[in-house]
Order: sequence, then C-alpha cells, then structure tokens
Amino acid sequence: MNRYIKKPIVALAAGIVALSASLASAVEIEYWQYTYGSRVKAIDALIETFEAANPGITVKHTNFPYADYRKKVAIAVSAGDGPDVVQLYYGWLNDYRDSGLLQPLSKEAFPHASIESDFFPMVSTMKVDGDYWGLPTAVRALALFYNKDLFAAAGLSGAPETLDEMVEYAKKLTKKDSGGNYEVVGYATDGGAGQEHHFMREVLTRLYGGAPYSDDGTKVTYNDAAGAKALKYLTDFQMTHKTGASGFMNRGQDAFKAGKAGMVLDGSFRINTFKKVEELNFGIAELPGHEGNRYNFASYWINGISSKAEGEKLAAANKFLQHITSDAAMQLWLDTVGELPAKPAIALTDENQAHPYFGPFIRGLGYATATAFKSEKPQRQAIIDAIDMVTLQGVSPSDALNKVAKDEQEVLDEYYDN
Amino acid sequence: MFVSFWNKLSINQKLAITAWLFLAVPIVFYVCIRFYPTFEAFYVSTLKWNLLGAKKYIGLRNYEKIFADEDFWLVLLNTFKYAGLGVPISLFIAFCVAYFLNEITRWHDFIRALYFIPFLTTAVAMAWVWKWFYQPLPIGYFNFFLNYLGIAQQPFLKSVTQGLYAIMAPAVWAGLGFQVVIFIAGIRAIPRSYYEAAEIDGAGRWQILREITLPSLKPTVIFLTVVSTIGFLRIFDQVYSMTTNGDGGPLNTTKPIVLMIYEFAFDEFKIGRASALTVILFVILLVISMFQLWLMRKKP
Repeated sequence: MNRYIKKPIVALAAGIVALSASLASAVEIEYWQYTYGSRVKAIDALIETFEAANPGITVKHTNFPYADYRKKVAIAVSAGDGPDVVQLYYGWLNDYRDSGLLQPLSKEAFPHASIESDFFPMVSTMKVDGDYWGLPTAVRALALFYNKDLFAAAGLSGAPETLDEMVEYAKKLTKKDSGGNYEVVGYATDGGAGQEHHFMREVLTRLYGGAPYSDDGTKVTYNDAAGAKALKYLTDFQMTHKTGASGFMNRGQDAFKAGKAGMVLDGSFRINTFKKVEELNFGIAELPGHEGNRYNFASYWINGISSKAEGEKLAAANKFLQHITSDAAMQLWLDTVGELPAKPAIALTDENQAHPYFGPFIRGLGYATATAFKSEKPQRQAIIDAIDMVTLQGVSPSDALNKVAKDEQEVLDEYYDN
Repeated sequence: MFVSFWNKLSINQKLAITAWLFLAVPIVFYVCIRFYPTFEAFYVSTLKWNLLGAKKYIGLRNYEKIFADEDFWLVLLNTFKYAGLGVPISLFIAFCVAYFLNEITRWHDFIRALYFIPFLTTAVAMAWVWKWFYQPLPIGYFNFFLNYLGIAQQPFLKSVTQGLYAIMAPAVWAGLGFQVVIFIAGIRAIPRSYYEAAEIDGAGRWQILREITLPSLKPTVIFLTVVSTIGFLRIFDQVYSMTTNGDGGPLNTTKPIVLMIYEFAFDEFKIGRASALTVILFVILLVISMFQLWLMRKKP
C-alpha cells in the first residue's frame, strides 16, 4: 500500500478508537415536536432536569413548523434518520403506526396496569393490538371563551349555560353596519375548521341524543336525526340567526383576539395566546349543555418512541419518555403551556378545578370523549364538507351528513381492511 | 499511460471528450434525480405502500380507485379550468401589455420591470397577500372597495363558485411578467421591413396587427402556450396557501390534481395511489405538450 494512503488510515483508525472510547458513556437521543413557543420552552426545561438527573445522556431537541411536521417525521424516520422520541397528535397514531414509524412501548418500562390506573381513561385509545404506542404529558378539552366587555355592553352577565342560551346571547352580541356587514360577531364560527369539527362530532351530536360512531368504532353513525339537528344548530348561526360568518377576520380566534367576537370555542392551549392581548378582557366557561346533559371533546399529543431507536438509545428514550410523562412534568406543562395534566390525580386538585382559566377545562375533562381517529385529516374534512354543503350549497343537514358519512365510512373501512 | 493516450487523439476527439465530460455532470444528475424517480413512479403506482411498511403489488387497483372516486373527476375539471381559462386570459393580457409597452419609449424599462417583479416573488408570499385582499370586511381590500361602491360583499375564497377564479387571478398575475418579456422579444424580432412595406401599401394599424404582427408571433404564442399550460396544470402553491388548511376547498372546488397527489402522499401516506395519480398527470401533460408541438410543426 502506498505510504500516503497507509499513514492517514492508521491515524484515522486510531482517532476513531479514541473518540468512541470517550463517547462510550455518552448517548445522545433526539426529541422532535412542532414549533409552538410555550411547548418548546417546556421541553427545554424538562430536558435540563432530565440531563441533570441522567449524566451521560443528552437530548437534542428539534422543532419544526406545524405545517411541515408530519411529513418531515415520516420522511426522516423512513430514511433511518430523525427522532428517537417524537411528539404526535393522538389522532395520527394509526397513520404513524401503520407506516411503521413507531415501536410499541415496552411493558417493563411502562406497565399497562399503572398506565390504566394513573392516566385519564381516554388514553386507552393509544392501546392498539395489546400494546401502548405513546403516552401524553397533557390533555386538552374545549371550553367557551367569552369577551366580558362585549357581554357587559350587551347587558349579559356570565356565559350561556345551554345551547338555546348560546343562540340568544349570540344574537344580542352581534353588531352590523348599515350595509349589513358584520362589525362584531356573536359567535365566531370557523365552518368546522379549528376545533369546531370536534364540537360538532363529540359534543353537539351527543347533546341531541346521537353518537358519532358505533361503540366498536367501525361505523359512522352521526347521519341520523340527532346528527342533523346538531348540524342544523351549528350552521344556523351563519344561515338563520346571522350571528357570524366563517372567515370573518380570517379565523374565529383572530376575531376574538381583536375584540370582534363575543364567543369562540377553543382549547386550553389558547389561554396563553389570549392572555397576551392586553386589551382583551375574557372569561372562560364550560361548553353549554342541553336538557341537563353536558359533553366535551378531549384530545392530546402523545410522545412515542420511533422505530429507529435501538439498544442504549432505546433505553435512554424510555427514560426520557418516563421523565416527560412524570407528575412533575405534567404540572410544569400546565404552568408553562396551559395544557391539562394527563393524570386525574394531578389535574383534579381543588386548586386546579377552581382556577378561573383552567377550571372549566378540567371540569370538562370529567365528561369528555376522545374520537378514535383512523385517519384524522379526511375525517376532519368530512365534517368541514358537511358544514360547507349546508352553508354554501343549501343542501339540507341530513343530506349533507349522509353524503359525508359515506366518505368517512370509506376511511374506516379502509382502516379495518388492513 | 493516460497522457500518451490523450496525446494520440485528434483535436476533434479531444473536443468531443471534453464536451462529454462536462455534459456528464448534468446527465448523471438528471438521470438520478429526475428520470429514475419518474420511471420508479410507474412501478410504485402498482403498489399499496405507505412509505415504510411492506410493498404489496396490487396491479391497477390504484387506478381503479382513482377513476371510481368522484372527487378525482371534480379535481380534473378544476385543473382544466385553471389551464383552459388561465392560459388564454394570461396570454391575452400579456400580449396587450407587451404590444402597448413596445410602442412607448419613455419609462419602458421601468414599467417592464414592474410587470416582471411578481414573477420573481415567491408564490406563497404572494398568495398570502392575496388571501388577505380577499378577506371579508373589515379586513379585505376588495370587499372594502366593493362596499365603498355600494356593492354587496363577495365571499371570494369562501365560495364554491368564485373560489377557483379568486385563486386563478394571482396565478395569472404572477406569470404575466415572464410572458410580457417574451412577447416583447417576439415583437422586436419581427423585421422592420415588413412594417415599412405594409405602411407603403397603405395598411392601417389594425390590419398590420392582424396580418403581420400576430402571424409572425405564432412561434412565441405556441411556446408561451405550452409553457403556461404546463404551469397551470401543475398549479399548487397558490391553492395550498390560499385555502383553509390548504385543503383546496370549499368542497374541493379549488383543488387541482397536484394538491390531490400531495394529500395522498403526505397526509394519508398512500404513496402508491399518489404515484398512480402522478402517472395520470404525466400522461395528460405529455398528450397536451405533444399536441401543441404538433401545432408548432407547421411553419407560419
């Protein structure tokens, strides 16, 4: 061998040996989530305490804009790259699992019995084929945000308690100019986008006596009289009561932020967004009920372990996942992000339940359900399409639901076909 | 050895080898990055595959599913609407602009630059600005002017009938600069002697335009038609940026074929079906391009 080749190779080999010896005790794992100021801050804080408690393990935290998040994860993991521990929306679990992006959580590190006794029951949706695939740090519920100043100006005190009151309040709050254009909307609707499709599916349908899906989750069942009443209720805000239009000020939350909406539905994660607007004097109330019943929709982001993690990285990933789903992490998440602890023991403290902002959400968790999404995007689209058909094409609510139920049933069938 | 071999070659052989050496770089690049994946798509289109799991051969099932999907036919119609209306409208406007811009000498360069700027702007940034133009009151400019003139607000992007045209407008506007520049070059390439001869024969302005300018521009028109037809058939950025959640709504009325491919591939991870749809788009583009090239074959 040529000496110009031989010498560098020997030097390189020696270097590699020296380097790997010094790194032998250090494991680096990667954590991915989407970019959202307070979530990034919370994870950074958790990584700091984790690294202090586990010398020899470092966690690299990467975050991407929400819009690109899903495909970045899919592409990176399939290329053998990307995160060891990854955050994903619970509704994406099946897409991720089917694509082999995740591995089941080990039963030793995460015993099923303690998951089932410690976490809110809705977390059971994450158990598929006898394995848990991810655990949440926090859960979210919906509540009604209302603008106290606009309420006072309209002579209203306190939030509506029932669906009928909500309509009545919305009418009183709405202001239009001489040309009939909205200046203030009573209820800021998003035409099903944002959180509103959950409200339609899990709250309104149930309040009118129906159910969105069959108990075993294989059939769409909202295309009945109850579903039609629910859809009519939701679209009547735009069509009949004229208390708001989808797209006003771009999104419902934007209208609310600008003080141009009396009421808007949103999740607990929005508290901090609205708190930043100084002029906004808002209150939060539980979602209105109907005939003595109340329902809510809960959702959560889970942390899963990607199929790429093996050996000591897997061991480190397990430790990190335990750390970010610990009791202390949940309290930190509540304080930093405003999302509710995923364990009743920590969420349902007297102090939390009486909290003016978190209280209504935490009380809502008690009667909330989480949709077991098979493929979140087309299922969300189904409800949005039904609302569009009614508001833009004048289709009757029951015809609209029949049409989209067929589309959504195809998604379910395709999932169960596998 | 190499040196003695090289020295034996003639100048022409050396030139050829050098040329191929340089050409090899883009050829290898294109084969690996463009052509190989293109042909791979034909194969993937016969699979059921979610990017990671096992690949399952299912023959033409993906195509059957696509053709049986009524949304596909709506999306196909949308795509042809974008091209069928967008191309003639943009060519007509571009020609008018170029024709009159060519007549003036004062500020000619400045105005031409103004028309060209949108072409250089990122489509996404532009789409977002237009999205805000289309907002209802009290945000949107367009509705502000309509309201000022006493005309009722229009829903624009929130409408199943207006949405597609509302998205087409910025796409036309964005391509205009390029088309104007090509048209001006085309107009300037027409020999002055034609015009002088026509003037001596007493032809009017309109006659000159119809008998000389337009026929001489035929290659330019065909070139622009091919390029912008392909551009409009592949429209994506504007729709993705301007519709709620990038869903091509309301009710799929603004969704073009490329967005549907994107959704299959990256929202639902149905790579096989996305590839099948890509193959369909490929065939459509191929047929249309061949037809347009066949038109061009005849000399003006």
